[in-house]
Amino acid sequence: MEPVSTGAYVIVSAILFTIGVLGVLIRRNAILMFMSVELMLNAANLALVAFAREYAQVEGHVLTFFVMTIAAAEVAVGLALIVAIFQSRETINVDELSDLKQ
Amino acid sequence: MSVGTVIFLVVAAVAILAAIGMLLSENAIHSALFLILNLACVAFFYQMLNAPFMAMVQITVYAGAIMVLFLFVIMLLGAERLRTPHGRFAWQVPVAFVLAVVFVVTVVVAVLGGGLRDMPPPPAMTEVEAAAYGGPEQIGEALFTRYVLPFEMVAVLLLASMIGAVVLSREEGFSISRGERLQRARGRRDALSLHHRRQEDLETEDVAGDLTPTR
Repeated sequence: MEPVSTGAYVIVSAILFTIGVLGVLIRRNAILMFMSVELMLNAANLALVAFAREYAQVEGHVLTFFVMTIAAAEVAVGLALIVAIFQSRETINVDELSDLKQ
Repeated sequence: MSVGTVIFLVVAAVAILAAIGMLLSENAIHSALFLILNLACVAFFYQMLNAPFMAMVQITVYAGAIMVLFLFVIMLLGAERLRTPHGRFAWQVPVAFVLAVVFVVTVVVAVLGGGLRDMPPPPAMTEVEAAAYGGPEQIGEALFTRYVLPFEMVAVLLLASMIGAVVLSREEGFSISRGERLQRARGRRDALSLHHRRQEDLETEDVAGDLTPTR
């Protein structure tokens, strides 16, 4: 089975990343925005692993491993924040959480 | 077109459609399930890229642990169908779409017209190399020799985030709805309890009232 070129993986990764950015920009639900951030991290990981194969190095895998760990830590803290905010405000629409501006 | 290319195109289409489904579905649970499908497709890509260990980590950590946390929070908050109308930032939507198209076109031009196209396909590995590449032994060896300091730092970071999550979800911690909760608890006790208890609680409420920010 002939391997698919790295460029194809990079294009797929860019498309997934763009969809993640769109999710952050056009959705106002904090949980949805969070999931879009996960999608972006994941797209970056895909490009990293593709380039790791291109150079036959394992460094890309190690970096992907660290990114996954950071993502897990970020999700734990972020979701705890969202739960705390929801309990006090009854909303997770980020446009309504503008108290610091007043 | 080889079998590998066909499989790649099919999985790429599923991954992109799942991502678009996540972006557009109204129900947050459906979004989370679409994202799980997308993560599984990326795990398949990892497998195709000779990264079996990362594929397994992707499934267990991402599609397993992280997404279970997401689903758990969505169901806990009952946030499946929260309406999130666009207010002041509705103008962002068309701008975002235009910028997204520009970005994708830029990347495609860079990949197809630039240096990446001229890169030869990765050299075919021998069977011994291919069996070792991306396996747990190789990654473990790299993690515990060259990358042992980042590895330990990530461990400390995970501990810090664990403590942070516990502090954030403690009642006396960050939460500013304490006064409200005290009120509810007092309401329950009032129904069956004594007069002097109520006096104490009213004093407590004053203290709690100071902590509650006015909106």
